[in-house]
Amino acid sequence: MSNSPLSLGRRAVLAGLAGGAAALTLPRTALAFSVERARAMIDNVVRDINKIIGSGKSEAGMIKDFEKLFSTYGDVPRIAALVLGPDGRTASSSQRSAFAKAFQGYMSRKYGRRFREFIGGSIEVQGAKAVKSFYEVTTMTRLKGRAPFEVVFVVADKNGKFIDMKIEGISLVKSERSEIGALLDKRKGDLNRLIADLKKI
Amino acid sequence: MSELPGAEERNPVIFAATRPFRRLLPIVALAALAACAKAPAPSGQADPHEVANRRTHEANLRFDRAFFAPTSNAYGTILPQPVRQGVSQFSSNISLPGTMVNQLLQGEVEDAVHNAVRFLFNTTLGVAGIFDIATDIGLEERDTDFGETLHVWGFAEGDYVVLPFFGPSTERDAFGTAVDFFINPLSYVIPKPEGYLSPASEVISRFGDRYDYGDTFDALLYESADGYATARLFYLDSRRYDLGVEVEDDDLYDLYEEVYE
Repeated sequence: MSNSPLSLGRRAVLAGLAGGAAALTLPRTALAFSVERARAMIDNVVRDINKIIGSGKSEAGMIKDFEKLFSTYGDVPRIAALVLGPDGRTASSSQRSAFAKAFQGYMSRKYGRRFREFIGGSIEVQGAKAVKSFYEVTTMTRLKGRAPFEVVFVVADKNGKFIDMKIEGISLVKSERSEIGALLDKRKGDLNRLIADLKKI
Repeated sequence: MSELPGAEERNPVIFAATRPFRRLLPIVALAALAACAKAPAPSGQADPHEVANRRTHEANLRFDRAFFAPTSNAYGTILPQPVRQGVSQFSSNISLPGTMVNQLLQGEVEDAVHNAVRFLFNTTLGVAGIFDIATDIGLEERDTDFGETLHVWGFAEGDYVVLPFFGPSTERDAFGTAVDFFINPLSYVIPKPEGYLSPASEVISRFGDRYDYGDTFDALLYESADGYATARLFYLDSRRYDLGVEVEDDDLYDLYEEVYE
């Protein structure tokens, strides 16, 4: 509606250029293949998200579908560990996996609940590039009545799953680390209490 | 995901409320600029004024609960969306000459010309800017401010500060906000009382933003475990993103290896 085709074209071209430049400056053999794989993986993510948006399901149904998507394409244990940060150092392995499980549900409810705002919108993959031991896949999200915005998926080289999402520069890992840190502080650092409470948030 | 705010809803601001202080602003602002000129390059979330900032943040929340949110709700409930959109487009159109001055100061001549054409179209065919027909023909909004001008000139962002009414900012952006009050050539040309239409529409469009993005605001400020820390993170990183500043957080994804392998 209020999107300008000019600016979109420009952004797409820039994203493509960035991707092309990255491919040129890096060893072409294995990495080029992985850039393509990372892009293909996010293509699937985007396809599934668009499917959820268009499904017309109830909120509970969308949350369930989103949780499945999150655990299939995202490296949830790793994201949970990143979010827990230094507090995770002293945690036992059973605490870590309990936290990862509770975190998965919490994230799915928190973000799945907002899927209804995406109805009528769409996401599109624009380009991919290698950054250190990661791949950044850039997508453009268009929602009704809002200027299109960029979401970058950070995909790990190791297992090809995504470990972060940056929405116009704001990292999900960073903001959830701040949030989980504050929740933990409120419980005086008691991880078990946080795990129990996270299931109710 | 969409609870992350975009540029337009970042500063819940009441411009009019600061009117009496405007004469003092240049002095305060000069001091702020002197401070940020020697500040280091931006990176993390260091916040040396956290105690004072949190106090201002709490005061802003009290102001929001007592006045800003309820007034915005009334405004959004009484006036239909097309009317609110017209007010906000009028306000953004009338501020365009100020934006163009900043773009010229940044050497972005193409953007300034783009906005000049946009301004001509919307002011005439768009009935004083109420209708944004320029966007429909491919002349989208290209926004900037004096904070960005300072960035282009090489000034570092300085410390994170929370301003009364305006909310999250940095020393550099606070100075920029102050200068932007005076930068619009139109404000020296349009006689009073018509001249008051610009700040008035600006304030009213902030009510509209508060209403339209109400869920986002509430999630950010009231539902998050530490709304202050969330607002700081969102402001700093999305501002850096807008300015094209690379954030130095190389170790963001390293922890996993360190702890688990």
